[in-house]
Amino acid sequence: MWEFLTEFPAIGRRDLAVMKKAIDEAFKGFSRTYGESLENFFNPLLKFLVWIEKLLLATPWPVILVVVGGLAWLGSRSWKITTGAVLAFVVIGVFDMWEDTMATLAIISVATLLCIVIGIPVGILMARSERMQQLITPVLDVMQTIPSFVYLIPVVMLLGIGKVPGLIAVLIYAIPPVVRLTNLGIRLVDSEVLEAADAFGASPRQKLFGVQLPLALPNIFAGVNQTIMMALSMVVIASMIGVKGLGVPVLRAISNQYLALGLMNGLAIVALAIIFDRVSQSYGKRLQAYRGQGND
Amino acid sequence: MTEPKIRIRNLYKIFGDHPDRVLPLVRDEAMGKDELLEKHNHVLGVNNVSLDIFPKQVQVVMGLSGSGKSTLIRHINRLIDPTGGELTVDGEDVLAMDETQLRALRRHKMSMVFQKFALLPHRTIAENVGYGLEVQGMADAEIASHTQHWIDRVGLSGYESHYPGQLSGGMQQRVGLARGLATDADILLMDEAFSALDPLIRYDMQSILLELQNELHKTIVFITHDLDEALRLGDDIAILRDGGMVQQGDAQQIVLKPADDYIRDFIKDINRAKVIRLRALAEPLPQGAAPPEGLPTLPAATVLDDAMLAMSGAPGQTVLVERQDGTLAGTATLTQAIEALHG
Repeated sequence: MWEFLTEFPAIGRRDLAVMKKAIDEAFKGFSRTYGESLENFFNPLLKFLVWIEKLLLATPWPVILVVVGGLAWLGSRSWKITTGAVLAFVVIGVFDMWEDTMATLAIISVATLLCIVIGIPVGILMARSERMQQLITPVLDVMQTIPSFVYLIPVVMLLGIGKVPGLIAVLIYAIPPVVRLTNLGIRLVDSEVLEAADAFGASPRQKLFGVQLPLALPNIFAGVNQTIMMALSMVVIASMIGVKGLGVPVLRAISNQYLALGLMNGLAIVALAIIFDRVSQSYGKRLQAYRGQGND
Repeated sequence: MTEPKIRIRNLYKIFGDHPDRVLPLVRDEAMGKDELLEKHNHVLGVNNVSLDIFPKQVQVVMGLSGSGKSTLIRHINRLIDPTGGELTVDGEDVLAMDETQLRALRRHKMSMVFQKFALLPHRTIAENVGYGLEVQGMADAEIASHTQHWIDRVGLSGYESHYPGQLSGGMQQRVGLARGLATDADILLMDEAFSALDPLIRYDMQSILLELQNELHKTIVFITHDLDEALRLGDDIAILRDGGMVQQGDAQQIVLKPADDYIRDFIKDINRAKVIRLRALAEPLPQGAAPPEGLPTLPAATVLDDAMLAMSGAPGQTVLVERQDGTLAGTATLTQAIEALHG
């Protein structure tokens, strides 16, 4: 009697083992059947990623420095941020982390690009339909909270070790903010302005591109910023499944207790994060320069 | 008699979960707003309103907040769908229109000016004024010339590349007005367009509107809660309370023959001398009688404020009242004028 109350009546160990095995077998079967075609499907992505990585590595370092400085200036219009960015890259180069940094830069850029290309349309979809929002929100919740190691298992089973599974892992983790903030940004657009657009006979398309998206842009941009930050934070985990970059030395440092190596590469990731963050944030601020000037 | 431009017949709007279910209660059993809310948890927005709005007129719809006037105006371009009733514009049934027809109606036939301006904050003044034209699909160069014309007309030259956030309220509403006029629509819907402005600027904007109307002759539906504004702008005034029409008429009729205490309350503080015109006092001469000699003649549209000095100086304190077409409407005396002022 007491036993019933103290021990939770679980499914028997054997039944459970059978169930788990069945799931594993089923997935293995799926992976054997479709693994290759999935790999083919992602092949263009791999080629793109490799191409960017090679491009970054083949470009002479002074050119990269100029491009980094130029982009930082275009984004922030601030000498402080621009000098900081260039200086950080110089230090990274001096401490011999240039190649790893370029590899990381490549995967972060591709991941961010993909997040934007996939995330913004999904966010728009969510903003236009309550049903879509109800459907997608829990999916985003799961993507953000599930430990990354858990979804690494099926990804690796399907696609093996390499850049693409790493990229997918980064995507799963980093895409929710841009989706959420696109949705939020569109929903926050002043209903009176939308009513005015309606009153002048704007079509749904004209409303989306002429009113909703432009007014949601600062929020969307905050989402992109978050996405970049989260992608960077995945660098070490992605390196566990074969993505090159700053994560690899960190991983080596963990297993060998190399304090200095870990710290240096870790700080390089931090430097990248700060540069991305400052540049994109001040760009985001400039996007809404029309707000809050002069009278209200 | 000219055909009405906009024709509203027995319009009802009920807000709630099952408006169709409670409509018969309101329509057939005359259930009021309070009872409907209490017993059925539905809000009566518009209650059996019928209104003919004639071309080239300024139709004012007046009422306190919650009287349903903003709801009513949104039926005309169907930003709100009615629960029951009929609505035609130029003889076309607006309620039967599909999305495409409705968009065409909103793009070409009517435009709207909003209480809180509702400008697009990310677009410059010029881009805001041109918004309606852009939605119509007009070419950029053409938009630019149209836009510039209306920006000049509302006195905003030099502000073309500013953003709405940089302008004061009064200037923002000029942008709103220019945006409404730029599409060349016949009908202009103005929802408390000047209510958010302070009194002096509001008066200025009314003057601009009257001046433009003198020249453009649009059909304007003007919503307001301000009687002075209603009397100044309206060729015809409809007064709403609790979603229903209480009285409709021109300024004279409202002031001289208020339908009930609600309207009497409304008009008690206004300066009657600036509203009542000689036309309302004129007593026709006996059939065939010649007009008395030596009396001054005043136009029928003269307000008492302007007429009384002439009246007190005239022989017998009597003046002749002449209609716009030159015919004689009759005589009016100072005593009549004073009586009219005291209601």
